[in-house]
Amino acid sequence: MARWTPERWRKLRVKSGFSIYYVFFLMFIYGPMFAMFILSFQGRRGGTSFPMRGFSLYWWEKLLEPSTVGDMQGAMGRSIILALMVMVITGLFATMLAMAFRKKFWFSNVLFYTILTGLMVPGVLLSLGMAILMRQLGIPAAWYTSGLAVHVIWALPFSYLVMMAVFNRFDSRLEEAARDMGASEWTVFKEITLPLITPGVVAAGLFGFTLSYDEFARTTLLSGADNTLPLDINASMTQRIRPTLFALGTASTIFSLLMISVFLGIYTILYRRSR
Amino acid sequence: MSDASKTHHTGLIGSQPKPVDGLQRAKIAHTEEGFPTAWLITPATIWLILFLVIPLISIIIFSFWENTPGGLIPAFSFEFYGEYFYTEGFFDPDADRFLLPSVFIRTLGSTIYFTLVTMFLCLIVGYPIAYFLAMQVQAFKWQLALFLLCMVPFWTSYLIRAVAWLPMLGRRGLINQALLGMGIVDKPVSFLFYSEFGYTMALVQIYVVLGIGPIFFSLAKIDKAILEAALDMGATPFQIFREIIGPMSLPGVAIGMIFIFVVIMGEFATAVVVYGGKTSTAGTVILNYYGIANYPFAAVNALMLMLAMVIGIVVILRIVDIRKEL
Repeated sequence: MARWTPERWRKLRVKSGFSIYYVFFLMFIYGPMFAMFILSFQGRRGGTSFPMRGFSLYWWEKLLEPSTVGDMQGAMGRSIILALMVMVITGLFATMLAMAFRKKFWFSNVLFYTILTGLMVPGVLLSLGMAILMRQLGIPAAWYTSGLAVHVIWALPFSYLVMMAVFNRFDSRLEEAARDMGASEWTVFKEITLPLITPGVVAAGLFGFTLSYDEFARTTLLSGADNTLPLDINASMTQRIRPTLFALGTASTIFSLLMISVFLGIYTILYRRSR
Repeated sequence: MSDASKTHHTGLIGSQPKPVDGLQRAKIAHTEEGFPTAWLITPATIWLILFLVIPLISIIIFSFWENTPGGLIPAFSFEFYGEYFYTEGFFDPDADRFLLPSVFIRTLGSTIYFTLVTMFLCLIVGYPIAYFLAMQVQAFKWQLALFLLCMVPFWTSYLIRAVAWLPMLGRRGLINQALLGMGIVDKPVSFLFYSEFGYTMALVQIYVVLGIGPIFFSLAKIDKAILEAALDMGATPFQIFREIIGPMSLPGVAIGMIFIFVVIMGEFATAVVVYGGKTSTAGTVILNYYGIANYPFAAVNALMLMLAMVIGIVVILRIVDIRKEL
């Protein structure tokens, strides 16, 4: 055991100071959400703030009645389908783009910045441009057409950067070895490239899914007649805020966390296997 | 897995050892290998042109069109730009205060002000966290775990996170109850929610992680041997921070600040939820004018917001050179 020199004491003090700050920080970013979780079990007569007046599932039950906050289950279903579509398309696009960017091509710079523009442009702006354009062209907006279109634009830069990072660390010698042994391009991709990049593709898909599932600004003007979940949440906020909203928030948060855990699980399994 | 990649981690994704530079260059020369580039980029390129480039260009075009009850008419009119700059004052002799900027410019101004305040607070709050993760936590496994712990709330709906502030900051919220309980105030204070204070708090809580990520990554890249060397030469911790850690983390700070800047400039949902629609941001103005079908004016507002954002990003990039980070 090393001796407790003043230097070591100083380091320990600094470290524990930072650790305490980190804990406070976690309380700051998690605290409000926990308060919301607890208040969603508010008693029947309770309101949107503490103290708890009893403990009940009343507000959760209200959530399941279709009349209270619009078509909640429908909205959630649409959001999940949309997020899955976005996940597949962005995953595919991001992988293809990142593979193309392993070589230089003549407008690679322009394409790079165009992809990143999707990240930089505020949702309101893109939503507005698409909405006015579609109005002029007489195309009706719908969550699975125009909504899907802009969600992919939003998620693509994230997934693309993930895939770029994956290919940055990719050892091309493996592919070259396969080619030298006479494998076709498809065989090389299927047998060598794909197994190695799959964890990255899953991560890229996670970005696509969660970004689309929570997206509000880009859907506001483009979802057409049917609401997605964030639009539904927003609609119920404009009415009087009741603990039902907290139940809805809790449900939606739990679902997000569940999705992340599923993805992380898949990622860990694939990551272990790719080694 | 090779030893080289075990000893220095390079990021969150991927495990393959880094290829040698020379080999990588040789790879680029073999352009005939792999799938044809054109196939790989065509689908995404078409998607980007149709749903990103064309909508953005159409905003510029529509901002010059005329709005009639029958619909938009192609024109080249500056009517709505005039309205943007001249409404309520500026060169309006009837206004009691001459040279007062129009209400739209003031809204944009207050949006920029809020954005800057939030960026500053995110930096103050987030930098120590990134520093803690990168410098104080030794094992990569723990760094990753503690970083992901900060990331988790980011993956949940930001509308929900905005609403979640109500039980904390509301008139009968926890903070007011605590203040009352401790006898600091006699009646609930109302400045917490539906106020600038609540709005800024909510924004910081929602977006601080956008700043932590890039700062953490640029701090993690710093070679610990440099810090050891400085310490051996007798540098104080403050000197080490000022001379080494601070400057080397600047690119990460710049990228984080750009993320936060971009997101909050276009923000409108949080403003409605937490601020109770008492004020407008540039985003809410755009939506309001879309709502009353004044599309060209919504487009003008959108363009001005975009212009302010581009200027902001250029300024940040002017101050900090982030190229070495990319």
